Amino acid sequence: MTGIDKINNDFVSLFREGRSWMEAGCGPEVNAFREDAFSKFLALGGIPFKTEDYLYMDLLPVFGKDYKVVLKYIPQDVNVKEVFRCAVPELATDLLLTVNGWYFKENEKADVPEGVVICSFQEASLKYPELFAAHYNQYAPAAVKDGLVSLNTAFAQDGVFVYIPEGVNLKRPLQIVNLLRAKADLMAYQRNMIILEKGAEATLLVCDHTLSENYFLMNNVTEIYVGEGAHLDYYQVQNQHLGASQINSLFVSEQRNAVFESNMVTLYGGMIRNNQYVALNEEGGECHLYGIYILDKSQKVDNFSYIDHIAPHCTSNEHFKGVLDDSSLANFSGCIRVEPDAQKTEAYQANNNLLLTDSARVNAKPQLIIDADDVKCSHGATVGQIDEEAMFYLRSRGISLAEARMMMMFGFAHDIVQRVKLEPLRVKIDDLIDKRLRGEFSKCHNCLMQCKK
Amino acid sequence: MAKEQDNILQEVTASEYKYGFVTDVETDTIGKGLNEDVIRTISAKKEEPEWLLEFRLKAYRKWLIMKMPRWAQLNIPEIDYQDIIYYAAPKQEVKKEWEDVDPELKATFDKLGIPLNEQKTLAGVAVDAVMDSISVKTTFKETLAERGVIFCSFSEAVKNHPDLVKKYLGTVVPYGDNFFAALNSAVFSDGSFVYIPKGVRCPMELSTYFRINAAKTGQFERTLIVAEEEAYVSYLEGCTAPMRDENQLHAAIVEIVVEKNAEVKYSTVQNWYPGNKEGKGGIYNFVTKRGLCRGENARLIWAQVETGSAITWKYPSTILKGDGSVSEFYSVAVTNNYQQADTGTKMIHIGNNTRSRIVSKGISAGYSSNAYRGKVKVVKTCKNARNYSQCDSLLLGDKCGAHTFPYLEIENSTAQVEHEATTSKIGEDQIFYCNQRGISTEDAVGLIIKGYAGDVINKMPMEFAVEAQKLLQISLEGSVG
Repeated sequence: MTGIDKINNDFVSLFREGRSWMEAGCGPEVNAFREDAFSKFLALGGIPFKTEDYLYMDLLPVFGKDYKVVLKYIPQDVNVKEVFRCAVPELATDLLLTVNGWYFKENEKADVPEGVVICSFQEASLKYPELFAAHYNQYAPAAVKDGLVSLNTAFAQDGVFVYIPEGVNLKRPLQIVNLLRAKADLMAYQRNMIILEKGAEATLLVCDHTLSENYFLMNNVTEIYVGEGAHLDYYQVQNQHLGASQINSLFVSEQRNAVFESNMVTLYGGMIRNNQYVALNEEGGECHLYGIYILDKSQKVDNFSYIDHIAPHCTSNEHFKGVLDDSSLANFSGCIRVEPDAQKTEAYQANNNLLLTDSARVNAKPQLIIDADDVKCSHGATVGQIDEEAMFYLRSRGISLAEARMMMMFGFAHDIVQRVKLEPLRVKIDDLIDKRLRGEFSKCHNCLMQCKK
Repeated sequence: MAKEQDNILQEVTASEYKYGFVTDVETDTIGKGLNEDVIRTISAKKEEPEWLLEFRLKAYRKWLIMKMPRWAQLNIPEIDYQDIIYYAAPKQEVKKEWEDVDPELKATFDKLGIPLNEQKTLAGVAVDAVMDSISVKTTFKETLAERGVIFCSFSEAVKNHPDLVKKYLGTVVPYGDNFFAALNSAVFSDGSFVYIPKGVRCPMELSTYFRINAAKTGQFERTLIVAEEEAYVSYLEGCTAPMRDENQLHAAIVEIVVEKNAEVKYSTVQNWYPGNKEGKGGIYNFVTKRGLCRGENARLIWAQVETGSAITWKYPSTILKGDGSVSEFYSVAVTNNYQQADTGTKMIHIGNNTRSRIVSKGISAGYSSNAYRGKVKVVKTCKNARNYSQCDSLLLGDKCGAHTFPYLEIENSTAQVEHEATTSKIGEDQIFYCNQRGISTEDAVGLIIKGYAGDVINKMPMEFAVEAQKLLQISLEGSVG
């Protein structure tokens, strides 16, 4: 038995043996789904292998490693808070840490308005069964044919839980820093739930970092409920190392007049897969998905999105851009689905790529599946180089070739970065991208380990 | 207004498929079913050489282990491949003189408006007509022969030019390329063969009409076009079939080889029977079309108007191997009632400085589903490739679907690839603008569709452009959703 079969079989035994551990700290609403989810994982053929959704991403090398799995909370031997420092100056946030998918027990209590709940996923599953009954595993729906999401549902034990009651505006952004730190190669699961009730507003900043040099495989699923008229800004900055692989799935359910805006900034990582599933369930929903990826070496990034226009009068807008150097690989797969009767839909999608070398590769799959007639939908994808005329313009004004290229690339990326509304973060991202493009740094900016990978 | 539009839509969608007659010609068929013996029988009936039988058998064995593709945005019912007659031919021998041809057959082609009668072909189109499985009549053969152009049925080519057929058969679409290509390679019956020698500009447009006539048969024709260096040919293809309740299978292969500085223009007007208004019957059109721009600066242009077939699964593709070669793809695909189409193109850029352009216009009405699926691939060693794709969809009705699935695979930094797609319906403001100027709603829609599809229709040869225009009118005029 080799390859995919062996991996899938290992999961079977792991699931059987680890079952009692996994169920120990979680509420019945969470445990109830495990068996079905795992059966679904097997029914889908286990790890996605040459499936349409993972057409350009070979998961075998990623899953083929000998990882350890942490089935219970293990306190870290150093104070993680000391080891990790957020490198964004002047960004006032309420900070939460997770380590290897587990909610860090020494997180300080955030100063938040009454009624807001911020705690570990495990704790919430025991304390708020009614919320879990209403929301848990509802937005990572049965229709999604991704075995990795089912795998998460089967194995997930902890993560972050955020609940914002009706009409509450979380003034300070909430920052969730997902850290990976281990002495052995590690496979981890994390499950987050973010619930914004009617009219609530929040900004969420998620940062992914690695603190040790091992191979990591993180399977992270976040379910987000954006209630009527609620507004969520979601930023995710991914800055890990070449040995870190991440499968990151967001499931967003939007109600009437809700707004969801996400911005995925991928600076470094070995293999990163971002899945974003957005369901626009009621009229007036709006979603904006943006993303930028700056890749070099053998990095692989796969941005996948599925925007489901279920109700009429909804708007979606999606724009992903990337710069690819060395032998990196970027995949973009975006699907706009307009269900029958979702009239007056407006949906736009664009993907632009700059290829700097001949060993870098881009695969783009922008898709439209439209079953309503009164819609305005468009998508575009481009792969190309820096515009020669623009270069000529700059050169004729005495700017050196190298500097002109830099300016063009920076401008290309800034198109996305300017969408970031938090100014300190925007400045920092600009700065990081500038450094990346100049080749001054190509690592996790605050990784204390000097990995040479 | 909406009601009036509905009425117009009603009228238009009610327009019958006018090619749906059956010709009462005795046909020579073999029994239903498929096995090695059937293939041997077909091969024997056609008095084929041993190597061709081997080719068929290899393809058949490969087909046996292949699975029916299910990735398309199509709902294809199970097909019982043992319930199909794989060979059907009008019983009458092909006559030397047109006058001797079965009058029923003549009447068929008259009804289709095919200018087989050479008197009529002063328009300058040489025609090869294929009914069910065999080629009935090829016109203008002598005129063409003077220039060295070979234009004949595939079986004749096998007999008279075996070296050429052997040299090129399966070089662009290998026998095991895909499920339907393998099936075709195993059982193909006839088709057209075109060979344009070096430096020859084919003096007239070449045309083939395909018709499925007999019941329960499948049509598996095979077209092979070879344009030697500096040659030029414009080739047209048209298809019709009678109205029947059951579905019939059509799995064809078209192979085109374009050498250095040569140009081939391949135009299709596909109007197989699309089934009735409830979606019963109709042709399953599963076709593999591929061209190879082998030499430098070779050009291959695909132009197609797809209005027929219950299900269409078709991706005319080009492999741009020669440096500086160019390929263009222009398509209008119309689906109405319960038709389903998953069609598009593939452009594989291998040679340096290769260029491709894709213009695809989908129009869906009724309960139909219309998908564009295309791939643009630039391999690692290909420098300065350029591609521009535009895929627009027009929706005429709130029960139909329009889908776009482009795949862009780029491995070279000098490539410039752009893809754009839009989906929309005819705007009320556009109709209002026309109404205001005294143009009726029906005419306005016709006008708008004409304008929408114009980019593609203009690329068709004259005779076809007229026919295509008419087809569009029949299928759609007035159907504002």
